[in-house]
Amino acid sequence: MQSQATYNYGVVRQFAVMTVVWGIVGMLVGVIIAAQLVWPELNFAEWFHFGRLRPLHTNAVIFAFGGCALFATSYYVVQRTCHTTLFAPALASFTFWGWQLVIVLAAITLPLGITSGKEYAELEWPIDILITLVWVSYAVVFFGTVAKRKTSHIYVANWFYGGFILTVALLHVVNSAEVPVSLFKSYSAYAGVQDAMVQWWYGHNAVGFFLTAGFLGMMYYFVPKQAGRPVYSYRLSVVHFWALIFTYMWAGPHHLHYTALPDWTQSLGMAFSLILLAPSWGGMINGVMTLSGAWHKLRDDPILKFLVTSLAFYGMSTFEGPMMSIKTVNALSHYTDWTIGHVHSGALGWVAMVSIGSIYYLLPKLWGRSEMYSTPLITLHFWVSTIGVVLYIASMWVAGVMQGLMWRATNADGTLTYAFVESVKASYPFWQIRLLGGILFLAGMFIMFYNMVRTISGQKAYNAPVLAPAAAH
Amino acid sequence: MSDFISPFWGYYVTVLVVLSLLFCAFILSQNMTKKQSGPVELHGHVWDEDLQEWNNPLPRWWMYLFWITIFFAIGYFLLFPGFGSFGGKFGWSAQGQYVAERAKADKAFDEKFSRFAPMDVKAVAADPEAREMGKRLFLTYCQQCHGSDAKGAKGFPNLTDSDWVWGGEPEKIVETVTNGRQAAMPAWSQLGGDSIKDVANYVRSLSGLAHDSIRAQRGKDVFAQNCVACHGSEGKGNQAMGALNLTDKVWLYGSSEATIIETLSKGRNGRMPAFNELLGEKKIKLLAAYVYGLKDAEAVKPQ
Repeated sequence: MQSQATYNYGVVRQFAVMTVVWGIVGMLVGVIIAAQLVWPELNFAEWFHFGRLRPLHTNAVIFAFGGCALFATSYYVVQRTCHTTLFAPALASFTFWGWQLVIVLAAITLPLGITSGKEYAELEWPIDILITLVWVSYAVVFFGTVAKRKTSHIYVANWFYGGFILTVALLHVVNSAEVPVSLFKSYSAYAGVQDAMVQWWYGHNAVGFFLTAGFLGMMYYFVPKQAGRPVYSYRLSVVHFWALIFTYMWAGPHHLHYTALPDWTQSLGMAFSLILLAPSWGGMINGVMTLSGAWHKLRDDPILKFLVTSLAFYGMSTFEGPMMSIKTVNALSHYTDWTIGHVHSGALGWVAMVSIGSIYYLLPKLWGRSEMYSTPLITLHFWVSTIGVVLYIASMWVAGVMQGLMWRATNADGTLTYAFVESVKASYPFWQIRLLGGILFLAGMFIMFYNMVRTISGQKAYNAPVLAPAAAH
Repeated sequence: MSDFISPFWGYYVTVLVVLSLLFCAFILSQNMTKKQSGPVELHGHVWDEDLQEWNNPLPRWWMYLFWITIFFAIGYFLLFPGFGSFGGKFGWSAQGQYVAERAKADKAFDEKFSRFAPMDVKAVAADPEAREMGKRLFLTYCQQCHGSDAKGAKGFPNLTDSDWVWGGEPEKIVETVTNGRQAAMPAWSQLGGDSIKDVANYVRSLSGLAHDSIRAQRGKDVFAQNCVACHGSEGKGNQAMGALNLTDKVWLYGSSEATIIETLSKGRNGRMPAFNELLGEKKIKLLAAYVYGLKDAEAVKPQ
């Protein structure tokens, strides 16, 4: 039975296309700064300097690429699993244009050196206010849609999306509390070690909620859909959801080991990071086990390849994270490229790959096609990006451990065996490999862009009719 | 424990931590059901045509992993700081570990440095082993500013030439490293842009650089009224106060007219940090000897 109304796919289409566009932009900036480490001459202007472009890269990939992927998929998933149209469609449209404005403002202000200096929260106060407005609108649209659902139960993907939306609002407002001194400059409302603690409470939960819970929501819809199998365990999803969103809140201090942060705070950060291992893995298990009985589909379904590989990287980086939070390990890994490698095994391997797989699933459906223009091109994209990620994280592991060992090596008289610059020199070959890995991943995004354009061109936008929910058994 | 302004916060943290651990234990203990015999059933809800969920129990190994980490945390908080102001059974603190490691290192390495304590700096500078040790100290503590070749950079003096800002005698170098130095070239913006340009041209003329001779002539008078107190009537500087010699070809901040105008308009506040507390007398002697020796090493080389 189908009703006349159609799902609101317009805003989903907008965000889906911009996911690919911002993915290319953000990763291109990443490739540029990776090249600047290999060839410092490329830092040819103030606005083009590594220090200015690095926050642009992180903001573009996390909030522009990742953010658009989350908006696109959550708007799609919440409508379809609630069997209703989006609540407040005009507000949903505002979130699209508002979010694009935030990104454009970031792309202008960060190279100009306008920054509040907080990692992953660099944007100045007027943009912070705009983000707040967009985010509150997002929450209204999302929870409004959930509220008017036609099903009795809320599908698991929506718990994760909902948890992510609520928590990011809280994180953003608390961490961005600042005192403006001019239109372009503000100072944090917190001082000293409190400021550091609030910043990393925010920073780690940006990872935990923006980059984990939100994308787990994506996983819980697109993996069972693409595999055509039921989710492995309802019980596991309940337990790991509550454990995950609860425990992540405690993990921030592990970014501040061996600093002025009190010892008890550091201990809590470390021990709760270890507790976080099982809840994180719950999502991986649920995703991978969902495929049991459908493994043969992996052979010729590159979208499923993306989704499953993303889960493998997710499992790997959420094992690595708790290990790196152990103080003894952290004493070696902190401030080295190992951290960069860890972040990218999560960012490229997990976040980007699950997004890419989901967007490939979405695009044909949004334009009334049964599949993408070219499946071999998706397969090519998969292999190019997988090789890219592996080169990236392997080179950073080696470089990071080497740097950590060089920095702590001492002579018989207690002096350092290596001057800092020697560790920089020794890192060059690995930075070159990392650059190559980044270029491959970026190349994959260009393949995706081409495939997307060919899929869309000549096609009419399509809005599927709203389905009546199946009767509960 | 001085982390808390009142004992309340210690209890507050402890209660929160205990509740959090209990929460994890609670959700786990409520979901310990084993696998039932017979086929696993679907949960019964369907979304979006075909989305369903199996009713599989938690994987056993996963559950045990979760329990292990919870018990590890409890054990860790009993031994190390974590439960608020309770410092843990081991009485460990980061500061305590630092002090202990530092004491151990000082004890282990002291003997190597003590050997040179009775010798004077010039003698140490002639000792090849001391020079090697001094070089390693330099590469650990000094190269960040002065460069690994000790040739300095803009604002950071070259230590290999014979030009010294604060004096190149051994005792002067020891003094510089021990207590640090704070240069204070004041800003002369009150002189006005034109006068500053005149002085800049006069200063350039002192070392034979290209200059506007009319401006230099005017600048000489301004210099005589304002600059001679530190830089001397001939512009040869004064090492006692770190006033630079303006007549040689060595420039700390740069010799271009624009840079000299910047120096005059905004002043310069070069700062060498004090290393007394960090390094102590014995290591400073080795460092000073190494730096003193750099000049000799340079002097024997043809320019």
